Amino acid sequence: MANSATIETSWPDAIHAHFRRIGIRQVGHVPDAGHSRLIALCRDDPSIADVVLTTEEEGVGLVAGAALGGQRAALLMQSSGVGNCINMFSLLRNCGFPCVVLVTMRGEFEEFNPWQVPMGAITEDVLRLCGFLVHRVERADAVDEVVGGACNIAFERDVQVAVLLSQRLIGPKQWTR
Amino acid sequence: MLDRRDFVAALLVDRENLLVVCGLGSATYDVAAAGDHSLNFYLWGAMGGAAMIGLGLALARPDRRVAVITGDGDMLMGLGSLATIGVKQPNNLSIVVLNNAHYGETGMQPSHTLAGVDLAAVALACRFKHANVVSRLEEGAGVRALLHAGDGPLLFDARIKAEDIPRVLPLRDGHLIKQRFVAALNSI
Repeated sequence: MANSATIETSWPDAIHAHFRRIGIRQVGHVPDAGHSRLIALCRDDPSIADVVLTTEEEGVGLVAGAALGGQRAALLMQSSGVGNCINMFSLLRNCGFPCVVLVTMRGEFEEFNPWQVPMGAITEDVLRLCGFLVHRVERADAVDEVVGGACNIAFERDVQVAVLLSQRLIGPKQWTR
Repeated sequence: MLDRRDFVAALLVDRENLLVVCGLGSATYDVAAAGDHSLNFYLWGAMGGAAMIGLGLALARPDRRVAVITGDGDMLMGLGSLATIGVKQPNNLSIVVLNNAHYGETGMQPSHTLAGVDLAAVALACRFKHANVVSRLEEGAGVRALLHAGDGPLLFDARIKAEDIPRVLPLRDGHLIKQRFVAALNSI
């Protein structure tokens, strides 16, 4: 078992391990500092097709297409990206496509950029309105359990699930240099 | 200028196990008019999403051929997806844009392609292996052959007549369309 100091930085490894366990074969994302370690783990995993998107809503179509072809897919995005997906999320509800979205939160704890606040403040509500089951994670040592549960319910019950990874968990220092 | 129904019918003749994703609106009606099929994934919404559904499917099933048949309005709304597809280079994916340069669902307002925006040129700039304009029905057989065996990603900009023709409405229940598609794909 990793000690707490390690967990602070290794939570993306726990998410990747769940991707492997549940059989995620496609991961859609845009570049993201908060997800950078998880993106690198997925990119280096030969069992996962890593698809870099020009906008997050492309990823919703990717998830649907993957499911039609019998593959499981996950999406990684920032809270701002959730806003870009709203109409496309209807595809998931209309057809009952399972989906796991991992959202790195902006616009909350010690956010440097006030322009991130309006979308960050409504991200959780938007996801619920779009039909997602939403889990929020505040502490690194909870990532493993919550993401594991999210993957299970999504792919075993055809549910759309979002996990919000709070800005406090990710750490505000990454956002300034 | 092509008759859209004749052209789509020419593409889907003897379709074998071609997987077809239909963009919302007239493209879905045209594919339905060519004959309902379990391996058609009809869209009734998610505008801008057809090409990316095709990409996810093509990546999941590299052993099958995937054709996205959509309209110029849907393609313009998802223009960035051409860049994303160009990066992934799925060799089993083709996109056919039924381009009448108008938005048929909302009253035939002009689209950007009427002003000369060139979707085949965009696809080539996005690293598609091949893209060209199609304007004669006699070219349909050649396009059909490329849908089945061409080295993708491919895009065909099919210049169709701007006309309002009777709709052919297929299934609308998204769960049913999905389940029927998945079951058919699993059985081949």
